[in-house]
Amino acid sequence: MFDIFTSDFLLRALIVGLLVSLCASLLGVSLVLKRYSMIGDGLSHVGFGALAVASAMNVAPLYVAIPVVTVAAFILLKISSSSKIKGDAAIALLSVSALAIGAIIISQTGGNTDMNSYMFGSILAVTSEDLVLSVTCSVVVLALFVLFYNKIFAVTFDESFSKSTGVKAGRYNTVLALLTALTVVVGMRIMGALLISGLIIFPALTSMRIFKSFKGVTICSAVISCINFIVGMEISYHLDFPAGASVVVANLIMLASFSVAGLCVSKLSKL
Amino acid sequence: MAVLIECKNVCAGYEGTPVLNNLSFEVDEGDYLCIVGENGSGKSTLMKTLLGLKALQKGEIIFSGGLLQTQIGYLPQQSEAQKDFPASVTEVVISGCLGKKGFLPFYTKADRELCRRNMELLGIATLARRSYRELSGGQQQRVLLARALCATGKLLLLDEPVSGLDPVVTAEMYEIIARLNRENKVTVIMISHDLQGALKYGSKILHLESGAYFFGSTEEYRCTDIFHTMSTCDCRCDCKTHGGSKEMD
Repeated sequence: MFDIFTSDFLLRALIVGLLVSLCASLLGVSLVLKRYSMIGDGLSHVGFGALAVASAMNVAPLYVAIPVVTVAAFILLKISSSSKIKGDAAIALLSVSALAIGAIIISQTGGNTDMNSYMFGSILAVTSEDLVLSVTCSVVVLALFVLFYNKIFAVTFDESFSKSTGVKAGRYNTVLALLTALTVVVGMRIMGALLISGLIIFPALTSMRIFKSFKGVTICSAVISCINFIVGMEISYHLDFPAGASVVVANLIMLASFSVAGLCVSKLSKL
Repeated sequence: MAVLIECKNVCAGYEGTPVLNNLSFEVDEGDYLCIVGENGSGKSTLMKTLLGLKALQKGEIIFSGGLLQTQIGYLPQQSEAQKDFPASVTEVVISGCLGKKGFLPFYTKADRELCRRNMELLGIATLARRSYRELSGGQQQRVLLARALCATGKLLLLDEPVSGLDPVVTAEMYEIIARLNRENKVTVIMISHDLQGALKYGSKILHLESGAYFFGSTEEYRCTDIFHTMSTCDCRCDCKTHGGSKEMD
């Protein structure tokens, strides 16, 4: 146990992974409650396209992916709030388009290994430059989340009431989308474009099985998300499973056990 | 009595189709104004305009007596998403204080105190740590009312506060609102489908109808033609008479 800390690249992956798990779980609570879960998924596919372009152009992947995904987040939020195209359809459109473009670019420049690592993640992908950028992004996400926590709650719970008291709800939705974009891009290298949204959705849903206050759910999500990541990495290391997939499976098991525990709690309280 | 809100020749609505046309009325301190009218008559549009969620097309709305537009305590209708939202009662109520805080990120002791006082006022202090989604409809309405009171001490704007509540809880809710109006000097604007409740508790009535409107005291309203058409319509839809006529057959 914990012998995975010994090698440099594993340690880097672990640090980045833990920070991303933390950020994703915090943002996830709001995203899930606002019915925005698919935005994270859509953004990761756009990120996949951006990574493919970056590697074709031979530039550091995050420098391309961060601005592209940020713009995509703005667009998705705009489309979701306008009623002309339905939000879920718009997200699906954007994500498959980005996926298709990315796949074509990779097929021309890289090989199947690249494709696989972008889709399902690779712990080898984290360079020390990525580490610095990831830590910076995570600190920004965490700081903004704590600073805006009360407003994020108010806007998530009741947008029209918040607006009526003068809270600029649109601004906080934008902040939420931007932070999500950052988190998705940073986490995508380890978790993979197809799996990163698991980090956003699972912890929030898991905590809601048992906790009943927003604060409780938020804190519980953060804690179990980190635990799940470490467990997933251990599974991956010892059984030689792909890292991203192992983390998602760890999340799935946690969700199942919380669901059972939640059922028991509600049965007991009725007795 | 001091005027709180004055609406002058207000026109508002959706692109191209004005729903409200040249509407003028005023709300005085201590009023209990009920806004009634059929679906599509512009009740919601008027409410959104008052709250500043919707732009005016023409006319003006003047807030006076120290009231700002952002100090209206708004009780919205409940949304689908709130039904399974994990939030404690305290978290919901105290979020009413946010509007005044501007860029300040955290609640102060004064905010917590205000939150506690309003929960006591509405008799939900014992529910403070309970989860909002596990409360009954009437309790949830009280929680939202306490939140609205955290945003204002002066004016409540209630959007169909008794819809979906059973008769007993409806009566309780009306009593609470009437008490706030009477004892705590809170001005009330209520949008309602329930004409009986509006007549019983309201001091003024604003009746909206496409193209026309009535504004005046409840007594004046009882003498109008609009009222008579509305109330006969009410009688016809009354379940008792339906049941009665069936038995006669």
